[in-house]
Amino acid sequence: MSTTLLPDHETAEVLDRTIVARPSLRDTIDQSLAMAWRALKKMRRNPEQWFDVTLQPLLFTAMFAYIFGGAISGSVEDYLPIVITGILAQTALTACMATGIQLREDMDKGVFDRFKSLPIARIAPLVGPALADLIRYGTAATLTILTGVLMGYRPGGGVPGVLAGWVLTVVAGWSLAWIFTYFGTRARSAQAVQGISMMVMFPLTFLSNAFVPAETLPSWLEAFVNVNPVSLVISALRDLMNEGAVTANVGWALLGCGIVVAIFLPLAVRSYKKKV
Amino acid sequence: MTRLPDTDLAVAAAGLVKTFGEHRAVDQVDLEVRRGEVFGVLGPNGAGKTTTLKMLATLLPMDGGEARIFGVDVRREPHMIRQLVGVTGQYASVDENLTGFENLWLFGRLQGLSSARSRATASDLLERFGLTEARDKQIKAFSGGMRRRLDLAASLISQPPLIFLDEPTTGLDPRTRGQMWDTIRELIRGGSTVLLTTQYLDEADQLAGRIAVIDRGRKVAEGTPDELKTSVGSSTLQLRMSEAADTADAASVVRRVLGEEPVLTPEAGGMNAALADANRAADVLIALRQSGLSIASATVQKPTLDEVFMAITGHAAEDETDPQMEVAR
Repeated sequence: MSTTLLPDHETAEVLDRTIVARPSLRDTIDQSLAMAWRALKKMRRNPEQWFDVTLQPLLFTAMFAYIFGGAISGSVEDYLPIVITGILAQTALTACMATGIQLREDMDKGVFDRFKSLPIARIAPLVGPALADLIRYGTAATLTILTGVLMGYRPGGGVPGVLAGWVLTVVAGWSLAWIFTYFGTRARSAQAVQGISMMVMFPLTFLSNAFVPAETLPSWLEAFVNVNPVSLVISALRDLMNEGAVTANVGWALLGCGIVVAIFLPLAVRSYKKKV
Repeated sequence: MTRLPDTDLAVAAAGLVKTFGEHRAVDQVDLEVRRGEVFGVLGPNGAGKTTTLKMLATLLPMDGGEARIFGVDVRREPHMIRQLVGVTGQYASVDENLTGFENLWLFGRLQGLSSARSRATASDLLERFGLTEARDKQIKAFSGGMRRRLDLAASLISQPPLIFLDEPTTGLDPRTRGQMWDTIRELIRGGSTVLLTTQYLDEADQLAGRIAVIDRGRKVAEGTPDELKTSVGSSTLQLRMSEAADTADAASVVRRVLGEEPVLTPEAGGMNAALADANRAADVLIALRQSGLSIASATVQKPTLDEVFMAITGHAAEDETDPQMEVAR
């Protein structure tokens, strides 16, 4: 095969058909959207996939607020600004854990053999479900905020602050999902993904400022809590939703999300390719 | 743009090797498939057929050897190969959650067809494969035969010049198998080049113009179905004597009549003999009668894969569990 200056567009002509050496960016986007369509169809036909983003926000918000409210903040109302933002991050994390588990289950199915045999970008089968799951993260965020408002949460940031918080939750969910997508491509079974994900998810959520102020923790734990990306996201959510302020915390949260994507997206694609 | 030299060979593979740990699943296999022909790879479970196909389809990396498909290097240009080959697997690779139509539409979109063209192609294929009624049914509700047909339809969406059929009828009941054969024959009439694997001699005989026999990862024979069958005789006489004690005498009668050594089977008084012509069975039976040797049963059968194997490799086609499947799946 001859080399050209634009290896991305290298083509060959075989039996009167032109074939390309690599999918173009345009093809990659089209293929990812087609895969997202497939993921949406699947979601609609398997309603149990919605439990974690519908029931959990309702249940956890009410449960945590009434149990810890009095103990931590003196009253449920005073605790709501803390716990709502914490639960937002927690449900986003649970929802993106499911992204990884479902990818693993999906990859064991016969249809993935066909995806591998088709001339499609190797990233498309991973990006497709990730795009479709934006809807799940959005649902989880909306329900959590609504439950909070019903319980008496009056966000100081007003509508713009809450909207910004909603967007940040969805962005964070999408970014952190790449960690679990990577586990999904590596692990041998869906159970294994679930096991690993739980071990990652619980420390990330509970060793954060989600439910208790970090200052109340022993200093070594506080140090970890302060660099935990989930804490970064939660601090940013509090600034946006409760204060209506775009602070440095928001920058840190976005940077943290960006770093997670920059590390885990290429890892996931590489490990998926290897499985091929 | 590179214009590849026109080649008569759809597949040119030399010295293919695949190892799984200590096990050499494919060991120095050469394959040449000409354009427009149907080439069968015949062998028992675990012989390395599927592994060979998966390497050629870029689904498994090659551990050794070289392969070109229409002149394109399989190892170096996997994305190009995927545009030239349609793969139909042993296990129907279609989406359980989607309907028949949605499956075909999705595969069309993934291969760059516009939404409208995808829809038209999907409808055409459903009709061609007799799946119109199942158009809006989820695959979960499909029978095994319907799944296979849909799977085959899915691999034809981009009208690939080369089609791989991996054991297209394994596990299907005889009636569905017949339907699948008809579908494949129609495909062949359309002028496609087909590389198919099978465990069944009659399937290779029905569909393929040339056959390679694979055993324990190695190619042990190659030729037209007729050539292969001639090597084992056109049919087999299976005899069982009433008295096990008569076995040796009966064997010598068979040898005298047919001029060939019968193969003794494990049952008491049992033996198989290759027949160049099925009518020779009568000669054997008359000779046995004249010698006063009594038979318990006699059957004339077409040669099976077992006999081809016995003749070519000197051992039976063992149905060993397939180590490649755990790794390759």
